[in-house]
Amino acid sequence: MTGLAFLIPIALGMGAAGLAAFFWAMKSGQYEDMDGAANRILIEEEDEA
Amino acid sequence: MNAPPTLASALPPTPAATVLTGTRFTVPGMKCAGCIGKIERELPKIDGITAARVNFSAKRVAIEHASWMDESDLEEALLSIGFEAQRVEDNPMGHDAGERRMLMRALGVAGFGMMNVMLLSVSVWAGAEGSTKELFHWLSAIIAMPVIAYSGRPFFASAWMALKYRRTNMDVPISIGVILATALSLYETITGGEHAYFESAVMLLFFLLAGRALDAMMRDRTRDGIGALLGRMGKSASVIGEDGATTRLEAGDLKPGMLVLVSAGEAMAADGEVEDGSSAIDNAMLTGESAPEQVSPGNTIHAGAINLSSPLRVRLTRTAEDTALAEIARLMDEAGQSRSHYVRIADRASRAYAPAVHTLAALAFVGWMIAGAGWHQSLVIAIAVLIITCPCAMGLAVPTAQVVASGALLKRGLLVKDGSALERLAEVDVAFFDKTGTLTLGEPRPAVHLLDIEARSVALGLSQNSRHPLSKGLTSTLLEAGVQPAEISAVTETAGEGLTGEWNGVSVAIERPHSGAQELAARLRIGGRAQTIIFNDTLRDDAAQTIAHLSAQGITSGIISGDRKEAVEDVAGKLGLPARSSVTPQEKLDALEQVKSEGKHPLMVGDGLNDGPALAAAHASIAPGTASDASQQAADAVFIGRGLMPVALSVDVARATMRVVRQNFGFAIGYNVLAVPLALFGYVTPLIAAIAMSLSSLVVVANSLRLAGAAGKEPEQ
Repeated sequence: MTGLAFLIPIALGMGAAGLAAFFWAMKSGQYEDMDGAANRILIEEEDEA
Repeated sequence: MNAPPTLASALPPTPAATVLTGTRFTVPGMKCAGCIGKIERELPKIDGITAARVNFSAKRVAIEHASWMDESDLEEALLSIGFEAQRVEDNPMGHDAGERRMLMRALGVAGFGMMNVMLLSVSVWAGAEGSTKELFHWLSAIIAMPVIAYSGRPFFASAWMALKYRRTNMDVPISIGVILATALSLYETITGGEHAYFESAVMLLFFLLAGRALDAMMRDRTRDGIGALLGRMGKSASVIGEDGATTRLEAGDLKPGMLVLVSAGEAMAADGEVEDGSSAIDNAMLTGESAPEQVSPGNTIHAGAINLSSPLRVRLTRTAEDTALAEIARLMDEAGQSRSHYVRIADRASRAYAPAVHTLAALAFVGWMIAGAGWHQSLVIAIAVLIITCPCAMGLAVPTAQVVASGALLKRGLLVKDGSALERLAEVDVAFFDKTGTLTLGEPRPAVHLLDIEARSVALGLSQNSRHPLSKGLTSTLLEAGVQPAEISAVTETAGEGLTGEWNGVSVAIERPHSGAQELAARLRIGGRAQTIIFNDTLRDDAAQTIAHLSAQGITSGIISGDRKEAVEDVAGKLGLPARSSVTPQEKLDALEQVKSEGKHPLMVGDGLNDGPALAAAHASIAPGTASDASQQAADAVFIGRGLMPVALSVDVARATMRVVRQNFGFAIGYNVLAVPLALFGYVTPLIAAIAMSLSSLVVVANSLRLAGAAGKEPEQ
C-alpha cells in the first residue's frame, strides 16, 4: 500500500510531462509544417551556416 | 503569425534604427527540399531582408524585412531567385487553424486523462477493495473532472448551440451521456458506491475527439483565400490625361471612358477596348487558355489579362465592381451558397439516432421505476444505456473512412478538399467537362509530323532560344521526339514577330504566319522555303478511357465549353460526347441549375475562371492543377498530372468510401442491438462498457483502413 504513495504520483507526473511536451510542441509550431520537416533533412547546410 | 519562433532567433543583429515587419507570401512553385533551401538561403542575402522561413505544407514563405520594402519589392526579390509569389492576407484562415489546434489540445488532454484514469480503473476491476478502491475512485474523480470540463468543451458548446435553436445533433446525446455519467460517478464516489464510470466518460471523449480532429485536419489540408482571385487583377493603371501626361490611379478610382496606357508585362485593372497599338495578351486568368491572344484596335480586353509584348492604349468600358472578373467572383460567391446547405451523412444519421437513444434511456428509467427498482437503480441503468449507446463508433465511422480514402487518392494525384466533397462525389450521376485545359492539356502542341528531319532540327535550334508559349510547346514536342537541335548562329527574337537566325549560311526563321487563319500557327522559313506548323491543343491521352470508365459507373458525360463551335465539335466527335459551345459563365451556371432541378447530381470538371461559377454550383467539382487559383478554390478536388483518369478514380473511391461508411454505421447499429439489451437489464458494468467501447471503435477503424488500397489499382482497369 505504501508503494502507491510513490507510484501514483510518478505515473501522474510522467503523464503530465508527456502532455506538457505535446503542448510545447504544438505551441512552438512543430505540427505546422509536417511535409517541410520531412524535406528539410535533405537540405545541405552551407559552410557558413 | 504562423511563423515559428526560430524565425526570430535566426535573425542577425540589426541596427536599432531599422524597423522590421513581416509579410507572408504564397509560393505555389515550391516543389522540393532544394526550393526550401534556396528561398531560406538566398532571400536574406538581398538588402533589406533579414530572414525568410518556409512553410512547405502550406506553400508559404514568411519574410522578415525592413519596413521600407513593400510588397512589390519582395515579390520581385522572390522572382529574382525564380519563384512566383503572391501576397497572402495576414491571417485569412486563422479561425480554422485555431479550431484544429483547439481540438488537438483537447485530444491531448483527453488522452492524458484516459491513460491515468484507466490505470486506476484496471486496479479496481482487478479486485481492489475497501479503502484502496475508494481512494482510486477519488483519484479518478480528481483527474477526470477537469479533463472532461476541458476536453468536452467542443461537444458541450455545439450541443448547447443546437438546443438553443431547438434542434438536435450528434453532440446532444454525447454531452448528456458524458455529463450524466460524470455526475453519477461522482455521486457513487462520494457515497462509496460500487461503480464509477469516469474512464468511460473520458474514453468516449477521446475517441470522439480523435474523429473530430481527423475531420478538421482534412478540412485544413487545402485552403487558400478566395482573395487570390482578385489579387491577379491589376491594382492600378496609368491614365492618359487631356494633355497627354499620365497619372497613376488605383483600380478603384478608375472610371469608364478613361484612356489608359498598358505597358508590356502589365496586368489590366479594368475592362476596356483597344484604341491604339497591337499586342498579344495572356488571358489565362480568365479562360485558363495558355496560348496568347492577338489583340488590335477594336478588341475587348478584360481585367486580369496581362499584356505580353507591346504597349497598348485602352479606352476603359467597365471598371471596379463591374468588370467581367468581379462579375465572375460574385457569381461564384452566390453559387457556393447552395452547397453549404448540403447535409453530411453523419448529421443525417444523428437526426434519427439522437431521439431514438434518448427515448430508449427514458423508457429504461420509467420501466425500472414501474418495476420498483428505486430511483438510484433506475437512474444507473438509464445512464448505462446512454453510455453504451454513445455514438463512439459513429463518431469515428465517417472521418476515419474519409481520411484513409483521401490519402489513397492523394497518392494517385488527386487532392480532395474535405469529407463532404467525398460524400458529394459519390452521389454524382452526370458529368460536365470543360474543353480547353480539362479534356485537353491546355498547352498548344505542334503537328510536327509534316516536317522533315532537317526542318525539325532547325526548328528546335531556333525555338529553344525563346520563352514564347508556342516556342516552348515546339521545343518540348521536338525534344520528346528525340530531335537534335541544329546549330544556329545570330539568333534574334523580335516580340510579336518571331525568331530569326543563320544556319549553314542560310537565313532561317520561325515567324508569325500572315494568313488570318483562326488556328494557332507559326511559319518555319529555311532560306526561300516556308512551311506552316499548326498548333493544336491535344486531348489528354486517357480522356476517352476516363469517359468510358465513368459511363461504366452509370455517369453520362457531356462537354460544356466557352470555346468556338468548330473546336468543341472536333473534340466532342472524337470522344462521342454531346457538346455545347460558346457558353458564357452565366449560361454554364444555368445549365447546371437546370440539371439539378431535374433531380440529378452534376459533376463539373473545369479549369478556367469562366468555369468558376459552375464549379461552385455543381453538386461536386474537380479542377486540374493547372487551373486558375479561383477555380481550384471553388472545386472540391484538384488533380495533377497529364492524365484525366483521377477524375473517374475519385468517383470510384468516393463510392467505395461511402460503402465503408455505411458498413461502419451498420456495425455501430449492430453493436447497439447487442449491447443495449445488456444495458437495459442492468448487466453493464464499467468494465463491460470500456471493452465494448474500445472494441467497436477498433473494428470501425480497421474497416476504414481497408480503403487504403481503394485507389491503388491501375487506372487501366
